[in-house]
Amino acid sequence: MLDVKAGDEQSFALLLHRYRSPLINFLYRMVRNREQAEDLAQEVFIRVYRAREDYVPSAKFTTWLFRIATNLALNSVRDNRYQRMEVSLDAPVTTDAEDGDEKTLDVAEKHPNIEQHLIEEARRKMIRQAIEKLPEKQRAAVLLHKYQELDYAEISKILECSESALKSLLFRAYETLRVELAPLVAQQGK
Amino acid sequence: MTGLKTGHYKGAAGKAAEEAGSEGKEDMSCGWMEKKIMGYVDGRLKEGEQLEMEKHLSTCAVCQLRVNEFRAVNVLLDEVPMIEPSAAFDVRVWARVAAEPAKQSWWAWFAPSPRVAFAASMLVLAMMWLGSRPPEPSLNASEVETINQNMQVLEDYDVISDFAPLSELPQPVQADEGSDTNQNQQM
Repeated sequence: MLDVKAGDEQSFALLLHRYRSPLINFLYRMVRNREQAEDLAQEVFIRVYRAREDYVPSAKFTTWLFRIATNLALNSVRDNRYQRMEVSLDAPVTTDAEDGDEKTLDVAEKHPNIEQHLIEEARRKMIRQAIEKLPEKQRAAVLLHKYQELDYAEISKILECSESALKSLLFRAYETLRVELAPLVAQQGK
Repeated sequence: MTGLKTGHYKGAAGKAAEEAGSEGKEDMSCGWMEKKIMGYVDGRLKEGEQLEMEKHLSTCAVCQLRVNEFRAVNVLLDEVPMIEPSAAFDVRVWARVAAEPAKQSWWAWFAPSPRVAFAASMLVLAMMWLGSRPPEPSLNASEVETINQNMQVLEDYDVISDFAPLSELPQPVQADEGSDTNQNQQM
């Protein structure tokens, strides 16, 4: 990031290459819409680019990056929620292609064991939905902890809470997931 | 039990807790466990805390079950597949970077814009032109005396030209009219 600050565009390209995938996946799991996740990821990178000259390496770059991403994602989730409240209950429900049946069947056709594939797909869908049901701050905590493997100090800075509050958030999130995924958890225990 | 606040569904750990509760046992370590369980599942506890946790787990079936279930959740979360960024993602980011206006630093304020530079140079030229003009010729003493003498006449003229009583006087007789009168008298 310090090279980017010095005006080195090649370093910005490296940052883009290194962080685009984790960032897009984090945002996708937060907002549950691929197109929106990519738009938000673009916005994160543009904000990084704009702030390059004011960047002070007081915190880890990942902390700074995911703090921007988390704030954007939380705002987007809240905006979407208000938009959904305004939509008529009679309006047709649109789902992301990732969750849609069409894609599942397309892949299933190519799969040698369709039944097995459908079971796996149903499991994944159940897990995704369990994550999606978490309150947004708990969801962000789980995603940063589980998929980005950030330490507690970093996550607490990103979510602007104490480490103790973060541990409590994670505990409540895992409790909820344990309940939501009880059938799968029971299978896992066997 | 302080260690269990699972809501509507208690799962296997909850059932075990109820059994423990029915025996009237209240293990205070379960409350401490809530704060440390994630660190234990992640393997991020300090050595002392790790040992204390293992000691508690060896005697508390409820907490042991919960640890196992949290680990199972952790494994299940690994099953969610990653998505790949779309091919156009980088292109779109670079297009937006290219569209960003160049950032001006604070000292750019001191760099004059072309318009300001042009206006300043025109002002300097105008001042130089005015400075290069010959000074107004000064009056000598006799000219000043003449002006002072005429000044009284000018002041009187100002008063007389706008003096109302003068307008009430009869009009002066014209020279032509006078000659006509003389002719009539001769006739």
